[in-house]
Amino acid sequence: MKLTRRDVIKAQAAAVAASVAGLSMPVQATNLITSSAENQIQWDKAPCRFCGTGCSVSVGTKAGKVVATHGDQLSPVNRGLNCIKGYFLAKIIYGRDRLTQPLLRKTNGVYDKNGEFTPVSWDEAFDAMAEKWKATLKTKGPEAIGMFGSGQWTVWEGYAAVKLMKAGFRSNNLDPNARHCMASAVAGFMRTFGIDEPMGCYDDFEHADAFVLWGSNMAEMHPILWTRITDRRLSHPHVKVVVMSTYQHRSFDLADIPMVFKSQTDLIIANALANYLIENDRVNKDFVAKHVNFRKGTDDIGYGLRPEHPLEQQAKNAATANDSESIDFKAYAAFVKPYTLAYAAKESGVSEPALRALADIYADPKTKVMSLWTMGVNQHTRGVWMNNMIYNLHLLTGKISAPGNSPFSLTGQPSACGTAREVGTFAHRLPADLVVTNPAHRLRAEKIWRLPEGTVPSKVGAHAALQNRHLKDSKINCYWVQVNNNMQAAANMMEETYPGYRNPENFIVVSDAYPTVTCEAADLILPTAMWVEKEGAYGNAERRTQFWHQLTQAPGEARSDLWQLMEFAKRFTMEDVWPAELLAANPDYKDRSMFDVLFRNGTVDRFGLDEVDKKYANDEADAFGFYVQKGLFEEYAEFGRGHGHDLAPFDRYHEERGLRWPVVAGKETQWRFREGYDPYVEPGRGVQFYGKSDGRAIIFALPYEPPAESPDAEYDLWLSTGRVLEHWHSGSMTQRVPELYNALPDALCYMHPDDARSRGLRRGDEIRVASRRGEIRTRVETRGRNKPPVGLIFVPWFDASQLINKCTLDAMDPISKQTDYKKCAVKVAKV
Amino acid sequence: MKKRFALCSLLVLLSLAQADNQVATLRGSAELLDTAQPPAMADEINNDQRRVRDYPMAAPTIPHKIAGYQIDLKVNKCLSCHNRLRVADSQAPMISVTHFMNRDGNFLADVSPNRYFCTQCHASQQSVKLLIENDFISMDELFLKAGASH
Repeated sequence: MKLTRRDVIKAQAAAVAASVAGLSMPVQATNLITSSAENQIQWDKAPCRFCGTGCSVSVGTKAGKVVATHGDQLSPVNRGLNCIKGYFLAKIIYGRDRLTQPLLRKTNGVYDKNGEFTPVSWDEAFDAMAEKWKATLKTKGPEAIGMFGSGQWTVWEGYAAVKLMKAGFRSNNLDPNARHCMASAVAGFMRTFGIDEPMGCYDDFEHADAFVLWGSNMAEMHPILWTRITDRRLSHPHVKVVVMSTYQHRSFDLADIPMVFKSQTDLIIANALANYLIENDRVNKDFVAKHVNFRKGTDDIGYGLRPEHPLEQQAKNAATANDSESIDFKAYAAFVKPYTLAYAAKESGVSEPALRALADIYADPKTKVMSLWTMGVNQHTRGVWMNNMIYNLHLLTGKISAPGNSPFSLTGQPSACGTAREVGTFAHRLPADLVVTNPAHRLRAEKIWRLPEGTVPSKVGAHAALQNRHLKDSKINCYWVQVNNNMQAAANMMEETYPGYRNPENFIVVSDAYPTVTCEAADLILPTAMWVEKEGAYGNAERRTQFWHQLTQAPGEARSDLWQLMEFAKRFTMEDVWPAELLAANPDYKDRSMFDVLFRNGTVDRFGLDEVDKKYANDEADAFGFYVQKGLFEEYAEFGRGHGHDLAPFDRYHEERGLRWPVVAGKETQWRFREGYDPYVEPGRGVQFYGKSDGRAIIFALPYEPPAESPDAEYDLWLSTGRVLEHWHSGSMTQRVPELYNALPDALCYMHPDDARSRGLRRGDEIRVASRRGEIRTRVETRGRNKPPVGLIFVPWFDASQLINKCTLDAMDPISKQTDYKKCAVKVAKV
Repeated sequence: MKKRFALCSLLVLLSLAQADNQVATLRGSAELLDTAQPPAMADEINNDQRRVRDYPMAAPTIPHKIAGYQIDLKVNKCLSCHNRLRVADSQAPMISVTHFMNRDGNFLADVSPNRYFCTQCHASQQSVKLLIENDFISMDELFLKAGASH
């Protein structure tokens, strides 16, 4: 029977396949091309366009089109593997509704905030923009100008944006969407180690004996790294996997120790583990004595809401959230003493034996342990604290900066590390961990940029959520968004994001490849080249910098973000952007265009077209007449060389499957702070946390504090948002790939069957998910891949037709300014 | 306010007189502040018909239901039909030979552990209409085009 049925199906399938391909059967059967030149595909490498894992992909092109992609076998990251999104990368640039010309809102032929999007030339688009920018600079100054960029910018795009905003327009109102995903990780690194980014690397996966996932769902969000953990776990039976989350998800399928804890009690669990190490004499005393200092962090720090919010009024130390005071080991031990396993079990809902089993993993000096986390920890009103507290466990036990012993902060975007963090596209940062508030750092930037002292402003600019508030309050009036979809991504869309974009006093420009909901809220849309339509560089979560060549042409008039940033600079003279005093003191800069001052400064333009590889197109080099990418990269690399952030020479990255910085004497660094691996460690020191002047990392005493909003009688459920495997971020690329769209077309509300039953709901019912701020309509899923406990729902945010950030709250970590997307209160009712 | 209605191109949309939602094609006609009715949950396609892959290295999609399949430390339901020794009974396609290769490219006796979680690369497909067409051109179509221009 079975065979008969299959036979029928096979015959049908053949006919269907032939009709789909538009071929008649005989043609397909006879027209073999195995020996023909037409059978050749041009293969080149490029990092994947999606997550922070940074897989390398082989990209096949033919007749100017991308025709295939597969995992790059030469890449140490993924060794020929891709996740489902990666396998369909070839299609992300071919969605039918690609933007191909600038669109300006007009009525009767003139710009109108409420007009219809009308195709215009690039000239007209830039004219309209420049007019708004110049008028605003004149009347309100540079603080009324803002830009929101991305961890998906290439390294040189982010770098050009930093120069344009911080030196050209002299505004620090530049922030990346990485603020939503990595800011707590950055602040955690800076507080504990004084230098950003993981000390370990992906090689840790093959060395560790235990993996502890703190609120991370790697099975869906970092699938290729999950294959490496799966490989290790299934090949080595002694290996243990601990998965901690506020709801059960796919990573639990590999868990030896699964833990579903109550929201926010991760703070209690982390302290309880530290206390367990101390009480059971499992502290590595030698390591702690040599390499660690203790500090007590400020508490009662608020939630980063608007100052008039009652929670901010009540918070005693909101203004000094990042402060701390020196303490000793005894004081730290006394601080964590109340956090017993029994107390943690009671508060978290996790069993005491499970907590003990986890504690023993950290406690056993023979067990090499890798802690892994992303948004569960970072998108947290105490996210910086959680980062610090995970480092506490590794520092107490000395399990750090050695193969397999690795606290590893994962990243969500392909260049959250490379562009947002290393280039420093944050409101307070400059390249290579420098900050705008430090006069010596500003001076260093000005020197490298060949600009006069005093060019870079010292005041920290507006971070992501504050930019939206400033737009709503008409404090920022000219705003440029590149490579992200913040109308969909930012929390509290109804109260903060939407009103700001549609504020009649504001002019909003959005550069994107596709017409997103952020484009819809814009006044001017700029069509943008993406991924292999330009030469690029990304930096992944293990400090690996990867390059790619331009492999195809962007459609229509779409241009790269880099071209847009640099071309726009041509519209301004220095008199338009700098104050008279600065120009009077530095008359050499008078009568020059901003483009010349920033990008024809003798450094950026020092590599000619003859240096461009003739095998590949380079639209930006052609447009500007020099090797733009190389010039920008080499100028940028000056910031880090000799300062712990060394990058290799530009050309080498086109040859390698990436290199992990610092690259010193041609050699990459796998484990930082450890002698023998890291050339920056002084001989004889063994371990040296050189981000701190005394070489010691800091263990922080930090308490539990409650979330900003918790369920109550009316809004009786926790809402957690997040991603799904098949879609990346807001879905603007993956929703346009048929195989990915058909795999998971719509967002759903994942809910416990008891919660559904008690509300009279069945799987598939239409419901309203409402918070105090907004609501969406969606459908109930009680049997899906995510299995929340009673009292919590999960709704992914990829779906442009179900904007779950209408419900979320813009409460944030007051230190990192990163929003908590995992905890707010909602109610669910049948429609 | 139906989410799924076909949009041929941006220009068609632009020609609509003052539509609420002008360009955000993934939202259908729903204006940003609207809460549109969500489409009904669709079934997984379960016809067992193999599909053409647009290129040989693309991970094949799953032509049958997998709802409720157990793939965890104890059991892998997919391999109970698709593993080498099971395909005679099941008549299901055997997993690719690449799945027996470990990270270093050496062939193992059984499935490589790093390929254990099938759903990281393979997904079933729901019977829904695409919101946005994709104009990806396969190499086969390029061959045909090249042939036609000779």
